Amino acid sequence: MIRYSLKRLLTAIPVLWIAITVCFFVLRLAPGGPFDGERPLPQTVKDNLAAHYNLDKPLVSQYLIYVGNVAKGDLGPSFITEDFTVSEQIAIGLPYTLKLGGLAFVFSIIVGVSAGIYGALNRNALSDYALASLILAGLVVPNFLVAPVFQLIFGLKLEWFPVGGWGDGSVRFLILPISVLSLPHIARISRLMRGSMIEALNTNFIRTARSKGLSDRAIVWRHALRPALTPIVSYLGPAASYLLTGSLVVESIFGIPGIGRYFISAALNRDYGMVLGTVIFYMVLIMILNLLVDIFYSWLDPRVRTQ
Amino acid sequence: MILRSLKEDIVKDVSGDGALEKPGRSLMQSAMLRLMRNKAAVVSLFVLAALILIALFGPYVIPFNYEDPDWAAFRAPPSLESGHYFGTDQNGRDLLARTLYGTRISLAVAFVATLVSVMIGVTYGAVSGYLGGRVDQAMMRFVDIMYALPYILFVILLMVIFGRNVYLLFAAIGALEWLTMARIVRGQTLSLKEREFIEAARATGLGPAAIIFRHIVPNLSGPVVIYAALTIPEIVVTESFLSYLGFGVQEPLTSLGTLISDGSDVFEVLPWLLWFPASFLILLLLSLLFIGDGLRDAFDTKDHKS
Repeated sequence: MIRYSLKRLLTAIPVLWIAITVCFFVLRLAPGGPFDGERPLPQTVKDNLAAHYNLDKPLVSQYLIYVGNVAKGDLGPSFITEDFTVSEQIAIGLPYTLKLGGLAFVFSIIVGVSAGIYGALNRNALSDYALASLILAGLVVPNFLVAPVFQLIFGLKLEWFPVGGWGDGSVRFLILPISVLSLPHIARISRLMRGSMIEALNTNFIRTARSKGLSDRAIVWRHALRPALTPIVSYLGPAASYLLTGSLVVESIFGIPGIGRYFISAALNRDYGMVLGTVIFYMVLIMILNLLVDIFYSWLDPRVRTQ
Repeated sequence: MILRSLKEDIVKDVSGDGALEKPGRSLMQSAMLRLMRNKAAVVSLFVLAALILIALFGPYVIPFNYEDPDWAAFRAPPSLESGHYFGTDQNGRDLLARTLYGTRISLAVAFVATLVSVMIGVTYGAVSGYLGGRVDQAMMRFVDIMYALPYILFVILLMVIFGRNVYLLFAAIGALEWLTMARIVRGQTLSLKEREFIEAARATGLGPAAIIFRHIVPNLSGPVVIYAALTIPEIVVTESFLSYLGFGVQEPLTSLGTLISDGSDVFEVLPWLLWFPASFLILLLLSLLFIGDGLRDAFDTKDHKS
């Protein structure tokens, strides 16, 4: 297991390095620098700024400095929010994003898996069809459309939850953003789960369990669940990265001060340093999450390890 | 020239393309028959055709332009008398005209980006599958890793750098959506390259490039069509997502995502500004999804998980 994880980690590093390199040089291709404002700056100020941000050095040494700093965990300065480095801004936003994303992750797994099992056990019943149409709605309606509708219904009309903001981070503030964020994943997971559960229930060992006289409940929980969960686990890696992209929208709409919102405003303000730093940070995060998912997967399904 | 076409004919005969043609066609025909029996897919085909026709020709029929304000009607609710069937926005622009125009842009982005992604994906997958061995492993490993990355961030990065150019948006989305296609094509190629007609082509001395593009790629059309159909709705969502965030299509041009973004800001007071574009988007996505699912069921190749 340790060897497997190490191997995965070692393959991730060159990929990360290539991605950073490509992003760095592509950003430098961009027309206009970060300090081209409405008013032209005096030459000395420009020179000082360039020197401060190492922009006066040749491109290759700029690149080497940047990569060296990234390796040390320093993502460089933000060009617009002068008082904060990129790493500091990410550190400020991270707790919010992690809490939102983590809860949405757990929530969508629990709800999705239960809905999928329910659908598989009540196949072709009316409730299964109702569930299927709800799932379809979750798949088709994008989150930026669900969010304002939820805000209007649950926030303004019914006044159950606040329309936005973080408040003290209590559940009341989190329910709407979490539901919007997890809706498409609930849909995908329950769809996957329903299919794989039906498949698992049709296998020979389940027939054996049934002929042994086990109750339905025991069959589902003790025998069918584990094999049925494997496709869900392999979906978790992509799900994590979808959750991050989804949180871009959800954080902006609900006014949650997480990394996603910083990223959007940095991108709209052409804060190259911040955009590059956030992309790198997200990549590392996603890679770590994927690694964890893979390790979990190989624990769940030992056949993967031997490949 | 003559020699070359003669050689091709021989290759064709040897490879048995002529003989394969018939079951191939009947496979396609039976798939189409199955598709026609799928009610959801047929209805969706009609809805999609109607949407495309309306988006293409509607703007010439209605008396309003998508960018010019109607000075007599600002924030007008939908009404039959004024001729603004979908109402107008805060700038007095006719929402029907804007929605149709937005649908047109969304469809254009979807088709062009899908085309780009198909071209990259098919080439990549076929080359990887045909060459096999180390090359294949390295190429597929790269795809695996790309899969894990949040590619929307890269699209946003590109949009930040190169400005919000619609054509670039087409290319950028397409250039990042080819991964699934590459995997499927590789899987198909792996089984295709063991077939006799490929061996025959190799025996006639054709190079790998010629074999890949003249003999393997044409035989991939079934799965490629299915997955292209499934890619389109994904790209429609991606485009509206980017436009919603402000990285996509810019004013006065518009897309469904931009319209929804504008509409959701004033949803409470001018609800029609959200409802109409939203219904168009959902209708479009639903019909595309059903057609894609219907195609997949009709072909039922079973190897879409490879």
